[in-house]
Amino acid sequence: MNTFLEQLNSGRVLISDGATGTYLQSHGLEPGGCPELMNADAPAVVRQMATDYFAAGADMVETNSFGGSRYMLAKYGQGERVEELNRLSAQNARSATPDGKFVIGSIGPTGEFLEPNGTATEQEMLDVFCEQARGLADGGVDCFCIETMSDMMEMSLAIRACKKTTGLPVFASLTFDQGPRGFFTMFGITPVGAVEQMSKAGADVVGSNCGITIAQMIDIIAAMRQATDKPIITHVNAGIPKIINGRIVYPDTPDYMANLYPKLVEAGAGIVGGCCGTTPEHIRAIANVLNNGN
Amino acid sequence: MPELSDVHNEFIRAEIEEFILDENEQRHIVQMYAKISPQMQDIAATIIDGDNHLSDELTKKALDGGVEAIQIMDNGLIAGMAIVGIKFRENFIFVPEVLACARAMKAGMAHIEPILSAAGIEPIGKVIMGTVKGDLHDIGKNLCIMMLRGAGFEVIDLSVDVSPEMFIEAFEQNSATVIGMSALLTTTMPNMGVTIEAFIDEGLRDDVRFMVGGAPVTPEFAEDMGADAYGANAVECVEVAKRLAGETQTATA
Repeated sequence: MNTFLEQLNSGRVLISDGATGTYLQSHGLEPGGCPELMNADAPAVVRQMATDYFAAGADMVETNSFGGSRYMLAKYGQGERVEELNRLSAQNARSATPDGKFVIGSIGPTGEFLEPNGTATEQEMLDVFCEQARGLADGGVDCFCIETMSDMMEMSLAIRACKKTTGLPVFASLTFDQGPRGFFTMFGITPVGAVEQMSKAGADVVGSNCGITIAQMIDIIAAMRQATDKPIITHVNAGIPKIINGRIVYPDTPDYMANLYPKLVEAGAGIVGGCCGTTPEHIRAIANVLNNGN
Repeated sequence: MPELSDVHNEFIRAEIEEFILDENEQRHIVQMYAKISPQMQDIAATIIDGDNHLSDELTKKALDGGVEAIQIMDNGLIAGMAIVGIKFRENFIFVPEVLACARAMKAGMAHIEPILSAAGIEPIGKVIMGTVKGDLHDIGKNLCIMMLRGAGFEVIDLSVDVSPEMFIEAFEQNSATVIGMSALLTTTMPNMGVTIEAFIDEGLRDDVRFMVGGAPVTPEFAEDMGADAYGANAVECVEVAKRLAGETQTATA
């Protein structure tokens, strides 16, 4: 059995890392710049990010490859560097990973819609995910985390691509909005429906990330827990961005968030981390609260 | 006062009953549909159902039968979209379904637009759309453009990574009065405000209305950066664009 799944099944809550984009932005990434290019151009920063998250208490870090699909990299003129940049993202993280800790290959949305809503065909999108998964696997990831998805078709193709390419465990995480009739993705998937469909598509771990506040995420995780026995992963934003003293900030402090993480765990999450706006300080506070509680 | 039973089309009656739950809103929609001919209701139904083939066929048939293009647009296509918008707002349908409705709308408008423009009838408004400087994300913007075009707007799409200078140039070259700006990243969102500032510096701010949207954008941000309106999604974008285009028409009249 994969050692990651062994740890997960031991019943201990595993702590994932915080935001990648937020970290890179405060370490030299220009507004709108291509984060994945830093795997090649500023590897020391990417490695330091992993080091900082592990030092804060993370059991795993995600690779800097969220926008590492051919579709996304092509927007920056880097479409021919998919395998290289993904491989480097994994190698950078791996080089900072202590024994017994893990590297998770991050795969985000392609930014394209499948036919008939957009122009991408299923085969094209599958190939694009296979290419990214191959790069990440070559770099030595332990698992994949397909995240921030809203279209189940795209999610299913990504899961299939990861499984087809490597057989490593796959986490599948969707982003929900709260509307007048509850939580839905942009494509109309509910948390319960998502769990069923992601499990059917072959995900080993299911979950949700981004988009909403921690209070809302607790409700989503609880709903998912009712629908599955699989481990649940969540990465939560540091709130909804606000303007404070003329600057855009994510308002939820490490202490505020950390105090709510036991509830997230109680609701059913087995792997917890931070999404947009969270920092190593958030992860440190979360690790403190959860480890003291264990 | 017209009743639901006064709406001729059975499919539309069922849609109203199932999805338009607010009493006032239901009354308003029933009143609107009670005045619409059975033939135009059939066209509206193709939009609600997202059936682009039938929308194409029925629109053409109505035109061939002598119905005025503008009648078909207002009482068929746009009336259908009114129900689509409510269903979307209330979480009964989502982006894929709305896109199917937009495709049905587009299929109908393809017959209507050339006739309107030959008759010298202006589109309901002209909108310049772009994702702001530094930001290469375009899904949200493209959804808005599809919906705007579906609703009869002429849209000038400046694509992504659009600098303030490019917005100004497009504004000066086109007689558009509404500019829509999109951003996905918190780090590029401030470029919306920078663009509005640039219009102020050029003395053009009073001639244009800005609407903004995108994942990190909130009504609070919109107000802070000096935008005229915020839209939470592509359906709201159309409503906002109509309102802003109306304001500028009144202002210049």
